[in-house]
Amino acid sequence: MSNNNEASLENNRRSFLKKSFFAGLAFPSPTENDNIFHRDDVLESGNKVKLLSPDGEIIEIDEAYLKPIPNTYTAKVREGIPGRKFVMVIDLAQCKNLRKCHDACEKMHHLTPEKDWLKIVKQQDNDLASPYWQPTTCFHCDNPPCVKVCPVDATFKRTDGIVLIDNDRCIGCRFCMVACPYSARSFDWSEPVLPLEVLNMPYDPETSCPPKKGTVSKCDFCPDMVRKGEMPHCVSACPNGVFYFGDENEDAVSNGTETVKLSDLLKERFGYRYMEDLGTKPRVYYLPPVQRAFPFEDDEYSRNK
Amino acid sequence: MTDLQTEDKLKYSINTSEKVTSLLDDLYPRPFGTLGKIWIFGLLIFSLLGLYFYLIQLDQGLSITGLSDYTSWGIYVSNFVFFVAISLVGSLISAILKLTGAEWRTPLTRISEIIAVSAIIMAGIVIIIDMGRPDRMLNLIFHPRIQSPIIWDVIVISTYLVLSTLFLYLPLIPDFAIMRDRLKGIPKWQQKLYRVLSINWKNTEAQKKILSKAIRIIAIIIIPIAFGIHTVTSWLFATTFRPGWDSTGVGPYFVAGAFMVGAACVICAMFIFKKIYNYKDHFTEKHFDYMSRLLLMLSLIYLYFNINEYFIPAYKMKGHESEHLHDLFSGNMAPLFWTVQIGGMLIPIIILMFNKGRKPLIAFIVSMVIIVGAWFKRYLIVVPTLSYPLIPTTRVPDSWLHYAPSGPEWMITIGTLTASLLIITLLVRIVPVIPIVETAEDRGLDSQQLFLNTNEHIDALDN
Repeated sequence: MSNNNEASLENNRRSFLKKSFFAGLAFPSPTENDNIFHRDDVLESGNKVKLLSPDGEIIEIDEAYLKPIPNTYTAKVREGIPGRKFVMVIDLAQCKNLRKCHDACEKMHHLTPEKDWLKIVKQQDNDLASPYWQPTTCFHCDNPPCVKVCPVDATFKRTDGIVLIDNDRCIGCRFCMVACPYSARSFDWSEPVLPLEVLNMPYDPETSCPPKKGTVSKCDFCPDMVRKGEMPHCVSACPNGVFYFGDENEDAVSNGTETVKLSDLLKERFGYRYMEDLGTKPRVYYLPPVQRAFPFEDDEYSRNK
Repeated sequence: MTDLQTEDKLKYSINTSEKVTSLLDDLYPRPFGTLGKIWIFGLLIFSLLGLYFYLIQLDQGLSITGLSDYTSWGIYVSNFVFFVAISLVGSLISAILKLTGAEWRTPLTRISEIIAVSAIIMAGIVIIIDMGRPDRMLNLIFHPRIQSPIIWDVIVISTYLVLSTLFLYLPLIPDFAIMRDRLKGIPKWQQKLYRVLSINWKNTEAQKKILSKAIRIIAIIIIPIAFGIHTVTSWLFATTFRPGWDSTGVGPYFVAGAFMVGAACVICAMFIFKKIYNYKDHFTEKHFDYMSRLLLMLSLIYLYFNINEYFIPAYKMKGHESEHLHDLFSGNMAPLFWTVQIGGMLIPIIILMFNKGRKPLIAFIVSMVIIVGAWFKRYLIVVPTLSYPLIPTTRVPDSWLHYAPSGPEWMITIGTLTASLLIITLLVRIVPVIPIVETAEDRGLDSQQLFLNTNEHIDALDN
């Protein structure tokens, strides 16, 4: 019964949001400084919208009075997408260090060059073993050391497995940065220098945009893309199909060209997780760099490392 | 007013013996001389310079520091650890020595509490300086997450601040009352201050009983809190996976180091006040000898923990630990590491083993070296670790791996150090460096004589 009520509430809310969106109002939310609510200037459109009042009654209101709820992200963004458990598999046998993933990530998240949310590091397990390229993202650990140490709940773990950062909450102590064994986190040491349209975007932890001075940021698994039913930018940018992304609950991952069963992929190709011994339980798996189709080539940065 | 003064003088001469008056004249806080004014001026300049650069940092962000995404903690954090370490001295001298009945500690208690209060205040300020968003500091109160060692630190450090302040203040109440009654030629603000702070102390038996009970209770509870502040501070490091920090031994290692540098601070303070206040009778050779022995013992304990923290990982030479240790033992950090370990620990230990090494001047020099060494030791604990991230460093800029504090960062840090000395100096201006009542009692004087006929006196003052 109560579930039904919640569902109908949810539906109402959704249709409300949808209508307000189509009504041409700025959506999702205004920035703190940008007051777009000019009640006095409202020109009634004549179109009425049905809404649910706080008392549970259906009321009618002119469309023109609809206004977006400020900071709509806060409540929902911490919960995650219901029923999902996102997972990534990175096929090291296919990575040629083309850095398309990195560049797409940098471009789509409006990152300044020194922010490496997605790194491609040169790995060599021992002196005799062949080196290989390893893309590293945030691993969205199930036992995340960063979330544990955050004193103000600015970085949090969602039900869909994603670890996000609320840059409106972060106090900039950088404890998470030293706690993360994968060095996945970046810091805005100064006021970010970015195009105005980026800086004026409504802030949302799901887009991690715009960045804020004195706070931490990192790879966010692109939940905004996932909500649209699209792949994270790194996955779609890779021409070699290195990145598989999907849902552990559905046991399916896709690299854009093929969709495979997650459990089979990991079983058959000996999937492993980086630094398993630390007990962080990453949500990113690696397929070992065996039977590679191409030789390893150093780039100018890795030669001396 | 003049009437009151003559009246006082009368009481003074009738009730107070020569010994008591000379003791009092010796112990009253003194106005600054020329040297003192220059000292304050110097401290003020550096503290204000630090503040100036901090304002720049507030404006421009932490980008004015040498910090980077990889070396994201630097001298602000190591300086914080240093201040927390020093603040433990109050509980060492005042609480541990009190409970163990070490009578000779009396002249040291006040100054060690003053050092502790100043250090813990500065520790709180320094860690705020390190924050990227100090404007959101209150999130620590409005959105705390109890899992985080930072929240434990906030709780335990604020508790320690309150307890240390009480531990400084409570034994001061009778001293304030004495100064309220007897010091007449002092500025109005100071008279008023003493009157307020002495909270109507009349030295009755009941008051004395309550006060000694309260002091004893704090002396007991401050000890676990003192261990707590530095243990929790060590956990900021131990709860991570980083080489050099990922150890179960850092709690006692930090606490031992803290007591060592704290004892060194007290020896320095003793020497300085012996010189400027001519306190030869209070800070005798015996005090320097005992404190030096204590410092020796604490240094040996610290040496023991150093052996554990460096030798055992070096024996195993596990992956990233080995890179980090090679850096310390024979790499970039080696000159600083060996200077600090040999100059700031081993040589002081050897010197303090000899009778001559515990004479005031030598003990003072050794202590100064230990304090400077202790500051850099915190640097060596915090910074080199971050040069060895657990993932390969392909494309990582060199500056991210070889942190060097920037000029403004140094200025802010120096500003915090001078500010702590400034707090000590200003406290010493209004507070007797050596507790009056306890000293009088230790010398077999009738402490009741210290207090003028209090009831009438307070009435007179009130009018």
